[in-house]
Amino acid sequence: MTIGALRLLHDALLDAAADPARAGRVAAVVEGVPHRCGELADASRRLAAALVDRGVVRGARVAIYMDNTWPCVVGIYATFIAGGVVMLVNPQTKADKLAFMLADSGAAVLLSDAHLEKEYAAALAGLDAPPRLVVSNGGGAAGEDFDRLVAATAPLRDPVGTIPLDLAALIYTSGSTGHPKGVMQTHQSMMFAAGSLIQYLRLDARARILCALPLAFDYGLYQLLMSVALGATLVLERSFTYPAQVFERMRATGVTVFPGVPTVFAMLLAAHARSPLCFPDVVRVTNTAAALPDDVARRLREVFPNALVYKMYGLTECKRVSYLEPERIDDKPGSVGKAIPGTEVYLLDADGAPVQPGATGVLYVRGPHVMLGYWNRPEQSARMLKPGRLPGERVLCTQDHFRMDEEGYLYFVGRSDDIIKTRGEKVSPVEVENVLHAIAGVREAAVVGVADALLGEAIRAYIVRVPGAELGERRVRAECAARLENFMVPKDIVFCDDLPKTATGKVSRKALLEHPPAGLPA
Amino acid sequence: MSSDANTIRAAVRGYILENLMFSSNEADLPDDASLLDRGIIDSTGVLELVLFVEERFGVKVKDSDMLPRNFDTVNALARFVGSLASAS
Repeated sequence: MTIGALRLLHDALLDAAADPARAGRVAAVVEGVPHRCGELADASRRLAAALVDRGVVRGARVAIYMDNTWPCVVGIYATFIAGGVVMLVNPQTKADKLAFMLADSGAAVLLSDAHLEKEYAAALAGLDAPPRLVVSNGGGAAGEDFDRLVAATAPLRDPVGTIPLDLAALIYTSGSTGHPKGVMQTHQSMMFAAGSLIQYLRLDARARILCALPLAFDYGLYQLLMSVALGATLVLERSFTYPAQVFERMRATGVTVFPGVPTVFAMLLAAHARSPLCFPDVVRVTNTAAALPDDVARRLREVFPNALVYKMYGLTECKRVSYLEPERIDDKPGSVGKAIPGTEVYLLDADGAPVQPGATGVLYVRGPHVMLGYWNRPEQSARMLKPGRLPGERVLCTQDHFRMDEEGYLYFVGRSDDIIKTRGEKVSPVEVENVLHAIAGVREAAVVGVADALLGEAIRAYIVRVPGAELGERRVRAECAARLENFMVPKDIVFCDDLPKTATGKVSRKALLEHPPAGLPA
Repeated sequence: MSSDANTIRAAVRGYILENLMFSSNEADLPDDASLLDRGIIDSTGVLELVLFVEERFGVKVKDSDMLPRNFDTVNALARFVGSLASAS
């Protein structure tokens, strides 16, 4: 393939692979195994051809329900090359939610790992039109084997006609309704966002970027997109479950960029307190998903003495909103900075009028990174996307409350919905409540987030039992663990006699937080 | 306190079933099953397991030993705890 301007997410990969000087560079080190740029391009084009053979046309959705593995990376680029839309699903997701996402997106193909068979098999069994299944590490009963398919298929040669306005990804995010919504992002919006991030993070082709966050989380996915766009190296780890293993790999590969969320940094500092850690090769540390406390940011300098520390804020609907220049971290405590390069932000009051510096308003975001909307959710899209200044333009109304100082620095004030942020993940209380309500013996349940030093917020469930029901904490946890991602399972379970209600008879989460009911013995 | 291999294995399996899987069915957890692959363990789960073996067996787990090769299966963890117990 001949590549002109780099407009699509896979253009940089194919361009580098076609250049003998760059094809041999290591594109990714996956759990310690290096993979060259040419190898990624070749495997992706082979899988792309196989996807096309299996019905992936321009705009078709390819679900990728995998751990952070080499096949997952190949699956992402193969989908782009085939003209498809990646729909990444966190491997912690359980069958019911996976089935919902597959049906909601209308995925044509599902790529997964053999060890996730229990969940995907249950999900596929309930679908009227299940996607074609390709499984890494051994096919399984119903699916084709990933490695054999890649080896047996000739690389896709001809471009499929994708243009920058075509969808590249559906990124599912928790919604206050309890069902996740697919954020529609195009090649153009994601290329723009990746370029803006690279610019303010001051990265170049020498970067060795760690990704131990799930690729299904857009923060993880962009570490890959930035690495490929730069011709840099991604150091991909399955997770932060075993920090000592991640640290070993960071030293062995000379990682220079460390992206984390506050829970990861809290764990890192706890480990540092037990036995000192130091990573002098790391020159960039980034935080998003939840606020990084100022004292944590300060203490990170002991572990990363040569790094610029970035505090950032964003939401999937536009990828990233703002970043604080690392040089201002001491004189702008508590701030998440200014709009990322190429975008602008402003605050409006409830009547749509601009607010004065220092006053609280709703944050609006304008730029090429704003989503097209939620997949098949026109009402919810209309709530977030508002007419902009120019004809046809849409700006993102984040629904989050902020303050802005005289210099334009943003300060997060609060959310306008009940979404809980735990371990950097967004959790809809309704989604957890739906699972609780389905447990025999539960009459009523309500879920709130309470402050927690390690998690940011911890999930607390208040449960009113059916009189006489034999229901204890253990069974509630077991039922939750079977249906929810680990981070959604309530940390505290409180049985009580009654839940506070609003005048209209709805459970009041606000009253639950202000006047928690007395707990009964479990 | 016994550090006999079978005792350790049974205690470790029992703890994981009870506290990380909320199950009382032994068949849910084969001794060679990967805790990561099955989604049983995450970073807080590893810390819980460390606290458990430290208290139950009177051993000390170093941060640098918190690796999948020591923790990812019941067998691996029993072997690891056994080696710590016999070394102390």
